Amino acid sequence: MHDIALEAIAGALERREFSSVEITSHLLERIERANGTLNAFITIDREGALRSAAAADAARAGGATGPLLGVPIAHKDLFCTAGLRTTCGSRMLGEFVPPYSATVVERMAAAGCVTLGKTNMDEFAMGSSNETSWFGPVRNPWDTARVPGGSSGGSAAAVAARLAPGATATDTGGSIRQPASLCGLTGLKATYGRVSRHGMIAFASSLDQAGPIARSAADCALMLQAIAGFDPRDSTSIEAPVPDYVSQLDRPLAGLRIGVPKEYFDPGLHPGTEAAVRQGLAELEAQGAKLVDVSLPHSPLSVPAYYVIAPAECSANLSRYDGVRYGYRCKDPVDLRDLYERSRSEGFGEEVKRRIIVGTYALSAGYYDAYYRKAQQIRRLIAEDFRQAFEVADVIAGPSAPATAFRFGEKSSDPITMYLEDIYTIAANLAGLPAMSMPGGLVDGLPVGIQLIGNHLQEGLLLNVAHRFQQATDWHRRSPGFTA
Amino acid sequence: MLSDWETVIGLEVHVQLATRSKIFSGAATRFGAEPNTQACAVDLAMPGTLPVLNREAVRMAVKFGLAIGAEIASVSVFDRKNYFYPDLPKGYQISQLDHPVVGCGSVTVELPDGSSKCIGVTRAHLEEDAGKSLHEDFHGLTGIDLNRAGTPLLEIVSEPEIRSAQEAVAYLRQIHSIIRYLGISDGNMAEGSMRCDVNLSLRRHGQSEFGTRCEIKNVNSFRFVEKAIECERERQADILEGGGKIKQETRLYDAERNETRSMRSKEVAHDYRYFPEPDLLPVHVSEEFIASVRAELPELPAQKVQRFRTQFGLGAYDAAQLAASRELADYFEETAGATGDAKTAANWVLSELLARLNRDGFDVSASPVPAASLGALIARIHDNTISGKIAKTVFEAMWAGEGEPDAIIDARGLRQVADSGAIAQLVDAALAANAGQVEQYRATPADKRQRMFGFFVGQVMKASQGKANPQQVNDLLRERLDGE
Repeated sequence: MHDIALEAIAGALERREFSSVEITSHLLERIERANGTLNAFITIDREGALRSAAAADAARAGGATGPLLGVPIAHKDLFCTAGLRTTCGSRMLGEFVPPYSATVVERMAAAGCVTLGKTNMDEFAMGSSNETSWFGPVRNPWDTARVPGGSSGGSAAAVAARLAPGATATDTGGSIRQPASLCGLTGLKATYGRVSRHGMIAFASSLDQAGPIARSAADCALMLQAIAGFDPRDSTSIEAPVPDYVSQLDRPLAGLRIGVPKEYFDPGLHPGTEAAVRQGLAELEAQGAKLVDVSLPHSPLSVPAYYVIAPAECSANLSRYDGVRYGYRCKDPVDLRDLYERSRSEGFGEEVKRRIIVGTYALSAGYYDAYYRKAQQIRRLIAEDFRQAFEVADVIAGPSAPATAFRFGEKSSDPITMYLEDIYTIAANLAGLPAMSMPGGLVDGLPVGIQLIGNHLQEGLLLNVAHRFQQATDWHRRSPGFTA
Repeated sequence: MLSDWETVIGLEVHVQLATRSKIFSGAATRFGAEPNTQACAVDLAMPGTLPVLNREAVRMAVKFGLAIGAEIASVSVFDRKNYFYPDLPKGYQISQLDHPVVGCGSVTVELPDGSSKCIGVTRAHLEEDAGKSLHEDFHGLTGIDLNRAGTPLLEIVSEPEIRSAQEAVAYLRQIHSIIRYLGISDGNMAEGSMRCDVNLSLRRHGQSEFGTRCEIKNVNSFRFVEKAIECERERQADILEGGGKIKQETRLYDAERNETRSMRSKEVAHDYRYFPEPDLLPVHVSEEFIASVRAELPELPAQKVQRFRTQFGLGAYDAAQLAASRELADYFEETAGATGDAKTAANWVLSELLARLNRDGFDVSASPVPAASLGALIARIHDNTISGKIAKTVFEAMWAGEGEPDAIIDARGLRQVADSGAIAQLVDAALAANAGQVEQYRATPADKRQRMFGFFVGQVMKASQGKANPQQVNDLLRERLDGE
């Protein structure tokens, strides 16, 4: 039952092959067995899941239908869930129970989804390996000695290990695409503003964007359909109609111009990964797409620009965690300063503190122009690179990550090496563009992801390209064969 | 000598805007509610919450801008001002730094000596208020009330063009009057709806560059502003006279001891690390919007002063006093309309009415004597029913709630005696009773008789209990005494 794809579950429920309660219980048991090894979930909501599964079964029995009605999924633990602990992977919010739900959570629930639990993640979404979580690292089901990627590592590991058919995630600099790539999954980060950030705990507000991680483009289309759309509670949310993503999946690729940026095939790219990506591009070409060379000349500046802007925004976003109103508070503070200092030193982990310090520095009087303003200028140049590239290409394609999943500890001692994990993904965040990763091969038994970047609001086209690719390949059907 | 120094003052006035809900959340803004009953998840800075701009606050800010003839920015930008304080839930205040909604404007003030002065307004920007820290009733701990957090503020910054405490108070009163005319704030300084920071420096007369300034924070009544300025300029003059230097710092005014004292010096001043608020889009104000706000503008204090001067022939200072509040101006106009004698109406409103309102602490809208009744009273002076002196007695009775002027005049028998026969009797009786004085009067040279004449008038008026028509008494006495 756990091998069934998300897009096929509604049909099976409709045909009464199994009930939502049955598949939900099955997955809960699987999660409970596997979590000791994988640590993909921070919170398992057995009671809530079974209650909503029963409600979905009753609704279906009463004639209700829907492609997600009764479909179990998991939420990354930075989406607030009313009444259910939401930790953001941090000790700071270790016991935090929000009184409201994120728009993404509300919309998935409205579509009939069952929430199995909350997935593990790098603390406050800061990390590319899931090693910064207060709740411990997540293991990659393809090789438990390796990382699942991050920050949405729990969502990716859960879907890869067939603990959930799909999961929500967020992507500030690659946090959906890189773990999807490392775990052999399809993941999509929407256009900035396409999915509401209301109730999504902020890391870097101008870059954060939600999206699904699942096995296929068809799965992702269903999930995106449910969560996309204007939300008056998020001022940066885009007021534009949401197209029918599913109906666009099958369009032929003939004549499609796929831009291949030369900067994405640099010496930092692993040869095996490069070979897999090039083979994937050849497959798209075989389907009638045309490969065109494009240049994104400012790409090399995306990592430094990102590591000024994201920390600057996070330094302010995380100021609210002061031990005063909610969240972690140190024991017996002697005065206000002590309360602040110890609550924050004890409540935050090393990577979070590093970024707060970097961001605070970058915004300081006398440094603002040299760092923050300069980084914003680079950001505009990067957006301009894409604008020009999209004059000759409909979609841009390249690798999602420099290599396959790495071992625990391999990069965690050197932040810069870790930051370079996101070298191909960050630019789409800086430009606010939709981007996805789809499985494109295996190297030494480990998955490789191909990244697709689209123009503003072109999620439908990205899903279309990925779906056509997945009609001709079976990389997305490969399972790590993880035994729970 | 203090008089060797020119005082240079700039004021920052914070005005709470009278929107029903907060500037970035839907919580109510009512004053005086139980602590923390008007603070929602956004105001508490719960994780994942986002600000959404209340357009009504923008409308009010634009209204103010138009009222002072200021430039309205077609695009203004919100910024984050970062600092930690327990009553600042997000750890940053959303404010506007480089692109305020209201640009350069000016305010004209009327001074008691009849002169007027135009004071420049540098800018006015929107921001959110903080909560309140309560230091009493918590046994050495501090309580936090977040009801005020997120209340919209308009910070109005003047040019350093104010030269005395008197001008500062006149400017403040004018701002107070404008915001109340516009209905954008109740301007209640005691409740903190309007608060004032004073920037003050001294320089020698004729010197062009400014001296080092001090900022006196939160001076919260017109009288305290005047006193704080007086004692701060004395303090600075003493230092400068003694050859010392002024330290740039923030000071507090202690009303009980009538002195300012240091709060924090510039060296330890905050670095607020401003940067553009990524959760809010820039605010666009269209020409149509501005036109619609302009169409709503009422007649403003300065226009009213001008009209009172030309239409009613009032002096500048009297007109300004009457126009200071819309309610008082309306009261005056209604009284003037009821009598057809604006000057007498102005005198009555500015002396008798204001004195009693101030004495009993009433607002003009709660005056026990309505404008129509005061008008009717003045009409009785005009038609010789009563004298001006008796009118004051009647007014006192009206104030005490004894009813309309005619009823009081009748009930107390105050009607003026205008029957010439009756007055002749009184005159003759008085002359007969004072035959000695009459002889003396007649023996006195004509140019020295005036004082003695007054004696006879007094006798007759006394005999009539003040009710005899003074003109008729005069005429008859002249005839009898100077007749021959």
